[in-house]
Amino acid sequence: MEWETVIGLEIHAQLATKSKIFSAAATAYGAEPNTQACAVDLGMPGVLPVLNKEAVRMAAKFGLATSSTVAERSVFARKNYFYPDLPKGYQISQYELPIVQHGILDIELEDGTTKRIGVTRAHLEEDAGKSLHEDFHGQTGVDLNRAGTPLLEIVSEPDMRSAKEAVAYMKKIHSLVRYLEICDGNMQEGSFRCDANVSVRPKGQKEFGTRAEIKNINSFRYVEKAINYEVERQIEIIENGGKIVQETRLYDANKDETRSMRAKEEANDYRYFPDPDLLPVELDAEFIEQVRATLPELPDAKKLRFVEQYGLSAYDAAVLTASRELADYYESVVTSVGSEPKLCANWVMGDVSGFLNKENKEIGESPVSAELLAGMIKRIVDNTISGKIAKDVFEAMWNGEGDADAVIDKKGLKQITDTGAIETAINDIMAKNPKQVEGYRAGQDKLLGFFVGQVMKAMGGKANPAQLNELLKKMLAG
Amino acid sequence: MHNKTLAELAAGLKAKTFSSEELTRHFLGRIERFDPKLNSFVTTTAEGALAQARAADASIAGGEVGPLLGIPYAHKDIFCTDGVRTSCGSKMLDNFIAPYNATVTSKLLAAGAVMLGKTNMDEFAMGSSNETSFYGPVKNPWNLDVVPGGSSGGSAAAVAARLAPAATGTDTGGSIRQPAALCNLTGIKPTYGRVSRYGMIAFASSLDQAGPMTRTAEDAAIMLGAMAGFDARDSTSIDRPVDDYRAALGNSLKGLKVGLPKEYFGEGLDPAVGAVVQTAIDELKKLGAEPVEITLPNTGLAVPTYYVVAPAECSSNLSRFDGVRFGYRCENPKDLEDLYKRSRGEGFGPEVKRRIMIGTYALSAGYYDAYYLKAQQVRHLIADDFKQAFEKVDVILGPTSPTVAFKIGEKFNDPVTMYLSDIYTIAVNLAGLPGMSIPAGFAHDLPVGLQLIGNYFDEARLLNVAHQYQQVSDWHQRSPAGFE
Repeated sequence: MEWETVIGLEIHAQLATKSKIFSAAATAYGAEPNTQACAVDLGMPGVLPVLNKEAVRMAAKFGLATSSTVAERSVFARKNYFYPDLPKGYQISQYELPIVQHGILDIELEDGTTKRIGVTRAHLEEDAGKSLHEDFHGQTGVDLNRAGTPLLEIVSEPDMRSAKEAVAYMKKIHSLVRYLEICDGNMQEGSFRCDANVSVRPKGQKEFGTRAEIKNINSFRYVEKAINYEVERQIEIIENGGKIVQETRLYDANKDETRSMRAKEEANDYRYFPDPDLLPVELDAEFIEQVRATLPELPDAKKLRFVEQYGLSAYDAAVLTASRELADYYESVVTSVGSEPKLCANWVMGDVSGFLNKENKEIGESPVSAELLAGMIKRIVDNTISGKIAKDVFEAMWNGEGDADAVIDKKGLKQITDTGAIETAINDIMAKNPKQVEGYRAGQDKLLGFFVGQVMKAMGGKANPAQLNELLKKMLAG
Repeated sequence: MHNKTLAELAAGLKAKTFSSEELTRHFLGRIERFDPKLNSFVTTTAEGALAQARAADASIAGGEVGPLLGIPYAHKDIFCTDGVRTSCGSKMLDNFIAPYNATVTSKLLAAGAVMLGKTNMDEFAMGSSNETSFYGPVKNPWNLDVVPGGSSGGSAAAVAARLAPAATGTDTGGSIRQPAALCNLTGIKPTYGRVSRYGMIAFASSLDQAGPMTRTAEDAAIMLGAMAGFDARDSTSIDRPVDDYRAALGNSLKGLKVGLPKEYFGEGLDPAVGAVVQTAIDELKKLGAEPVEITLPNTGLAVPTYYVVAPAECSSNLSRFDGVRFGYRCENPKDLEDLYKRSRGEGFGPEVKRRIMIGTYALSAGYYDAYYLKAQQVRHLIADDFKQAFEKVDVILGPTSPTVAFKIGEKFNDPVTMYLSDIYTIAVNLAGLPGMSIPAGFAHDLPVGLQLIGNYFDEARLLNVAHQYQQVSDWHQRSPAGFE
C-alpha cells in the first residue's frame, strides 16, 4: 500500500525581549541558576503578573508578517498542572483567544515549486524553569532563570507531507523570526524548538490517521530524522495489523529513535480558565498600524527584488535571502563593487559560506568583511588578479593578512598581462614538449589544457588566463 | 488613649500630648494583657513597632504631619510584610518570612503608620467565623463564647477590644463587612481595583479587595485614603485618582435615595436584626434620606455562584503551595508525588481542602461550561441587578449579616449554613461594587451591622452616609466590657 505522511508543527520561539513576559527580571541566557528569577518568577505568595508590552508587539509583528489576523482582543488563561519547575502550579498561556490566527507561509520545495502552509495560530505564553537532575546526589535541583521567559508558540495546519517539507517550513519560520528581530533563533540554547505531530494514512484517504506528538526537537536535522523514523514506525505497526496510539513521544538523537513518554489517557486535565490576574489584551487599529510600520522587508519580497534588481537566479536569491544578515552582507558587497552582482553572489555563496561552514561561524563573525571582499572582487574586475589567484588572496584575508591590495602586493600576485613575457613562457614550454605540440597539431584539441596548466605553473599562476589562452592557440597553430 | 479615634490620636501626636512611642507602648501593653483572651494576633512585632514609632516621633519633631504618621494599626496576616512571618492563618505558611512588602504594607509604612503585629484570620481567608485558622479561633470581645466573624476576625476583635485603633482587612465574600458587623465596627470593602492586591495572598483573584476596619467612618476614610490607589504591579488595579474621602463626610443626606432590596429583608433574616436595621432606616429618614423599595431579583443566585467562582480561582491560586520553594514541606518525601500529596495534605486545613476540591471539580474538562462558565454568566446578571438599581437610587441599604454572632462551633461542621451567613455580602464582591458595614445597634446583646452598598468608585458617598449616621447615633462608640 502507498502511504501518505501528514505533519503539523508547533514551534516555540523565545521572544527577544529584555525582561520576562510577566516580570521585570532579565531574560539573558546562561546566568548562574536562580539569579534571574524575582519574586514573581518564583511564584511567591501574593505576587501578580504584569504583561510585557514588548512581547505583545513582537507577537503582532509575527502575525502581520504571516498575513494573519492579529486579534483585537486576546485572553491569557491558566494551564494548571504540578511540576517542580512550574512555580505557580500553572502556566500562563493563551488558550481560546490567541493573539494571532489564520496565517499563511509559502515554502520552497526541492523541485523549485512553492507550497503554501497554513499557520493556525500563534499565542503568547511563559516558559517554565528547568529541572537539573545531575550534581544533586539523587535529588533534583530547580533553576528558575528561564521561568517566565516569553514564548511565541506557532502552530501550523497539518499541511506538510514529508519530513523535508517540515524542515523547509521550520527553516522558513526560523528565517522569518530572525528577519523580524523577535527571536535570536539560537537552537542550542533552546530559543527555537519544535514539537512535530506526525501521522500516516493510505494515499487517497481523507481522514487523518492517529497522530503521535514528538516533543522538543531542537535542530533541523533532528526534525527530519525524527519524522522519518516515526513515519516508518507507524507504517510498520499498521502493516503488521497494529494500531497507532495517540501519545507523546521523545526523539533520542543518540539512538535515532522516538519512544513513548505518555499516552493520551495519562495526559493532564489542565483545567484551563481565564487568568483573573490579567486583563484581556486589547489592540486597536492604531497600534497594529504602528507595528506594521516597523516591519522590515520580508524574505519573499527580498528574494524577488534580488532576482529583478541583480539578475540572480531564483535559487541564488533564495540562498542569499535565507537570513537577513547574509542578504545585508551580499548587498553591501554589490553596492561597493558597483557591478558584477552574479560574481559577487558566487563569492558570497562559495568561498565565504564555505569558510564559515568549515569554522562553524555566522556571517556576522566572518573575518572577511563585506568591505574586504568587495575590495578583492574589484581587483578581479580590473584584471589585477585572476579568479584563481583571488582564492589565495581570500584565504590570506581570512587569516588576517590585510586587505586584498596588501596581500597582492606582499605576495607578488599581480597578474601578468605583458604579452612578451607570456610568449617567452609559451615558447619555453613548447620547446620542452615537442610530442604534445605534434599531437595538438594532429587534432588532439584537449591538449590545450595541458599547455595552459604548464605555462600557468611556470608563471606562478599569475598569467592573465584569457590572454594566455589566446596566445597559446595562436602559437600552437604555428 | 485607646478610646480615641484616629483623628484624635493624630491631633494628640501633633500637639505632643503623647508621643508615638508612648502610644505604641500603650497598645502593645493592651495586646499583652488582653489578647490571651481573644487570640486576635498571630504575631506581634513590638520591636519593629517601637522602631517605627521612634522614627515617626523624629518626623513629627521635624515638623512633618500626616493623618497616619505615628499611628499604630493591626495588619491582617494576609499582607506580605518584609522580614515578618506572613502565615495567612495556615500551617502551610507558618514558617514563611515574606521577602517583600505588599503594596498596602508599603503604603501604610510610607504614611508613617506603626504596625503592631499581624492578626489572626481564617485559613487563606476561607471562612466566616475565624474558626478555620491554624492558630485557633478568635473570640468575640462582646462575648467570648461567640465568633468574631471572618475571615478578618482577628482584625475585628483587636479593634473592637481597643487593642489597636485601626486594622486592615480583606473581603472576598464579606470578610471585612461581616466581622465588622459582628464586632460593632465600621468596615469598608472598596470597589474592585481600588486597592492594589499586590502582595496580598490571593484567595479568589477576581473577588479579593483590601479595606480598613475602624471604629468610625472618619477613621475608615483616613485609612482608605492611605491604602487606595493605582499600582502598576497589579494589572487589575484601576488608574484613577483617589477621592478625598474626608472632604465629603460632612455632606447633607437631604434627598439621598436609599434603596431597600426586598430580597434582603425576607426569609432567613433574624427578626431582631431586621428590627435594628429598620430603626436605622428611620434615623436616616430624619436626616433627609428617602427610602425606595427596590428589587435585586438574582440575589438568590449569589451564594451558589460565589461557591463556584471562588473555589475555582482558589484551587489554582493555591497550587503554588507545593512544598518545593517555600512554606510547609512534609518529612522525608519518598518521591515527587509523595512530596506534593503529603505537603499539601498536611499543610492545608479541612476547609481549604474542601474548596480546592470543589474548585478543581468545577474547572475539570466536561464540567467547566456547566459550572465556571455558567457562574461567570450569572455574575453578569447579578451586576445588572445592581446597575438597574443604581439608576433609581444613590445607595443600597440592608443588614450585613442575617444573624448576630453565633456560638463558636455552632456552624463549623455545617458548611452550607456557614456559607449562607454571607448571603447579603457576597453579591457585592461578584459585582465588584463597594460595600460597607457600620454599627447600627444590638440584638440578643450582640452587635448588628448595617450594610451600605454604593455604585462603582462611590466610596466617598458611602463614607459620607456612614459619617452622617454616626453624628446622630452612638452605637459605634459602644465598647465591650472587660477590656478597660
